[in-house]
Amino acid sequence: MAGVRKAFGATQALRNVSLAVAPGEAHALIGENGAGKSTLMKILSGAYQPDAGRIALDSQPFRPANPLHARECGIAMIYQELNLAPHLSVEENILLGEKPARFGWLDRAKRRDLARRALEELHHADLPLHAPVNSLPIAQQQLVEIARALVREPKVLIMDEPTSSLTQVDTENLFRVIERLRARGVSVIYISHFLEECQRVCQRYTVLRDGETVGTGDMAAARVEDIIRLMVGREMKDIYPRTPHELGAPVLELKELAGRVKPRRVNLQLRSGEILGLAGLIGAGRTETARAVFGLDELAAGEVLVCSSRREEALTGNAERGMRSAERSQSLLRSAPTREPRDSLRAGLGLLSENRKEEGLMLNRSLADNLTATRLGPFARFGWLSTSHQHAATRDWTKRLDVRARGPEQPIGELSGGNQQKIALGRLLHHDARILLLDEPTRGIDVGSKAHIYRLIGELAAQGKAVLFISSYLPELLGVCDTIGVMCRGELVATRPAREWTEHEIIAAAIGH
Amino acid sequence: MNTPTQRPLLSRLFASFGPALILAAIVLLFIVLLAWKDAAEQMQSAGLKGFSGFTQAARESAYDGLKAFLSFATFKTVLTQTVVVALASLGMTMIIVSAGIDLSVGSVVALSTVTGALLIQKGVGLPGVLVAGLGVGALVGAVNGALVAAFRLTPFIVTLGMLGAARGVAKWLAGNQTVNFKESNIGVLMTDPDPLGALPPPGVWVAVTLAVVMAVVMRQTVFGRHVFAIGSNEATARLCGIRVRATKLAIYSLAGMLFGLAGVMMLSRLQQGDPTSAIGLELDVIAAVVIGGASLNGGTGSILGAMIGALTMAVLRTGSQYMDWPSYMQEIIIGGLIIAAVGLDKWRQSRAAG
Repeated sequence: MAGVRKAFGATQALRNVSLAVAPGEAHALIGENGAGKSTLMKILSGAYQPDAGRIALDSQPFRPANPLHARECGIAMIYQELNLAPHLSVEENILLGEKPARFGWLDRAKRRDLARRALEELHHADLPLHAPVNSLPIAQQQLVEIARALVREPKVLIMDEPTSSLTQVDTENLFRVIERLRARGVSVIYISHFLEECQRVCQRYTVLRDGETVGTGDMAAARVEDIIRLMVGREMKDIYPRTPHELGAPVLELKELAGRVKPRRVNLQLRSGEILGLAGLIGAGRTETARAVFGLDELAAGEVLVCSSRREEALTGNAERGMRSAERSQSLLRSAPTREPRDSLRAGLGLLSENRKEEGLMLNRSLADNLTATRLGPFARFGWLSTSHQHAATRDWTKRLDVRARGPEQPIGELSGGNQQKIALGRLLHHDARILLLDEPTRGIDVGSKAHIYRLIGELAAQGKAVLFISSYLPELLGVCDTIGVMCRGELVATRPAREWTEHEIIAAAIGH
Repeated sequence: MNTPTQRPLLSRLFASFGPALILAAIVLLFIVLLAWKDAAEQMQSAGLKGFSGFTQAARESAYDGLKAFLSFATFKTVLTQTVVVALASLGMTMIIVSAGIDLSVGSVVALSTVTGALLIQKGVGLPGVLVAGLGVGALVGAVNGALVAAFRLTPFIVTLGMLGAARGVAKWLAGNQTVNFKESNIGVLMTDPDPLGALPPPGVWVAVTLAVVMAVVMRQTVFGRHVFAIGSNEATARLCGIRVRATKLAIYSLAGMLFGLAGVMMLSRLQQGDPTSAIGLELDVIAAVVIGGASLNGGTGSILGAMIGALTMAVLRTGSQYMDWPSYMQEIIIGGLIIAAVGLDKWRQSRAAG
C-alpha cells in the first residue's frame, strides 16, 4: 500500500500512508488510537474505499470493492470487538458464510471436520463444537473468532488487538499459530498496543501517527522507547509516573468474600492513599470481586467493610456531609448496610466497568450526561436541572482530563476509546469517590491516554483516595501499584508490596504454582 | 478517525426537524392533490377536454375543496382529532425513550371512558370523572410498571397481556354494551366554544399545556435524565446508582395517567362509554412517537417530535377525507407511513453508528 489517503467529511483520517508486508512476515502496525490503523485496515479488507493511493496484492493492483471481495482475494480480518453470532454454535460461527454444501444441503461431516481442524490449529480442539458461543467465556469466544479467520486459509491475516482478552497461555498459543502461518507463507498484520508482544511475534514494524507513516523498520533493531517516541511524537521518559503518596488508615476490608460462583474467598484490606493491584488470569474472579464489593453482584458469603468516617470529606470542604460526620465515630470500618450500587456510591465507592461499551457508558448520550450521571445534585434544585451548570462542570472536567471532544453535548460514542475512558473515570472523580474500583482502566486505549490515567491514579492516591486497580497487564501493575494481590481460581492467593513481586512470580501465583 | 466531524450535527438537525419536514411534505402533498381534484371537477362540470381544457379549468376553478382544507375550521378539527393520540403519545414517548413499550393504551382508554360514563350515570361531575379517569390509568400503568420492574418481564409481553385484561375489565364493567348517559357537562372538554372563530376546544389547550410540561420534564429534570439513561443503557444506569426499578414504575404509572386522561377526552368526544372504543389506538400512538423521531431501542426521542407525529397522522386522515378516499385507503396509507417511519428510525441509527 502506498500513498493511501482517506477523508471523512472534513477529517483527514489518512494523509499519506505506506505499508509493505512480505509473504510469510508478521508485521506490527503500531500507533495510538486515532492514528489511522483501523481505517487503513478497513480499506485493505474492503470496508472503506480509499480516496487516493495504490494497493497491490502479490504485485497485482488490488482494489477490494467490498469485504466479500477482499475475503475471496485472501484477506481475512479479526476485529478487536468480537463479531460472533451469540446464539449459534461454535461450529456454525467458525463456518459462518463458508458453508460446504451439496445441492444446497449442508455437508455436516465436512463442516465439522473443517471447524475441528481450525481449532486444532489453535491447540483448542477441546472447545465444544455444538455449544452456543455465548455460553463460552470471552477468551474462548476470541479463539472462535480466530478459528473463523483460519478456516478461510487467508494469504493476509489482519489481527486487531487479538490478545486483549486472552490469557497468557492462550496468547502463547496464538503466537505459535502465527509462527505456523508464517511458515506456510501467510502474511500477518498484527495490531497491538502491547509493544512487547509485537517484539516477540513480528519481524518488521510500521508506525502510524495522525494518519501518516512515521517510521518502519526491523523489529529486532528497534528499541521500545524509540517506537513509543515515534508513536506519540514526543519523548516518553516515564510511562509510569509516580506521585509520592502515603498510606493511611484502612477504608475497605473484605472478609471471606464469596460470590455465587466467583470469587470463592477473598480477604483484603485497602488503605487510604493506597493503590492495590489485582492480578490474575482471565476468569480468576477479579472483576467479580469488584462487582460484589460494589453491589452489582450478589454476595454468597463474607463481609464488605467500608470506612464510615467522613473525616476526609470534612477536610476537603464538603460541609454538608462533614456535619453529619461530626456525630459519627472516627475511623471505623463498618459493614456496608445494603448491597445496591446506589448505596455503594453513597458510601463513597466508585466502580469503573471493564466493559466500557456495554456497561460503562451510555454511548448515545452526551459527555455531560455520562460524566455527571452519579451526581446530578450540584446542578439540580428540587429536581430541576440547570443544563448550563452541568455543561460548565463538564467542560471543566474535560479540560482537566485532556479529553478531546467538540463539547459537553457531543454523544460519547463518537469519541475515541481513550477519551471515552477518561470520561468514565471522570465520572468517579466528579462523584468524588473515596474508594475507586478500577477494572481494566487502560484496556484498548492508546499509550498517551494510558500515561494520563496512570498519572491520575497517582494523584488520587496522593489525595488520600484508595484505588483498587484490576489489570491483566503486569508491567502497569508493577509500575503503578503500592501493593499487588494475585487471584487464582476465585481466591486471593497472595498479597505483597509491589516491589517484592516480579513478573514471573505473579504469573506463577496466578496459574496456581 | 475519531475526531469530530460535521455528520453528527447534520443528523441532529434531521432528528429535530425531520418529523416537521414529513408533516410539511404531507400538507403540501394534500394541497397539490386537492388543487388537482378541484380543477378536475371544474373541468368535468364545464365539459372541458384535453390539456388546454385542464389549464382553463385550473384558472376558472373556485378551489372550494382546497380552501375548505386550509380553513380555520379544518385546522381546529385536526387539532381536536389529535388530542387523544397526542395525550397518549406524551406517555408513550416517556416509555419508548426508556426502551420500553406499552401495548395496552387502547384498552386503558376504553376502560377510562367506561369508568367515566358509569360515574356520570351516578351523577358525578366533571372533576370526579377526570380524577377517576386519571386514577384508573395510573392504576393499570402501575401494574404494568410493577411487573416490568419487579419481575424483569418484557414490557411487550406484560402490556400485551394488559391489552386483553384491561379491555376485558372495561367490557365487564360496562356489561358488554355501551354506557350511555343523559346529561353531562363532560362534552365541554372537546366542544368548540367558538365555532366561527379560531379558538379551539379546552381539550386542545390541556394537551398543549401538558406537552410543554412533559417536554420540560424530559429535558430539564433529574427524572427526565434518568429516563433517558435507563433507555440508553440500563446496565450503566444501575452502575450509576439510578433507581432503575422505581423509575420504571414511575414511568409506567405516569404514562398510564396520561392514557387515562386521553380516555376522558375520548369520553367527552363520544358522549358515551364504549368498551370497544380505541381498538388499535396503541399502534397510532406508537406510530406518532416513532414518526416523531424516537428509537424503539430507547435513549432517543422527544415530546415535540411525538406531537408532530400525532399531528401528521391527523392531517393524513383529514386530507384523505377531503380527497374522498375510502377508509381502507386511509388505512393503507397510514400503514405505509408507519413502515416508512420505522425505516427512518433504522436509517437514522445507521447514520448515528457511522
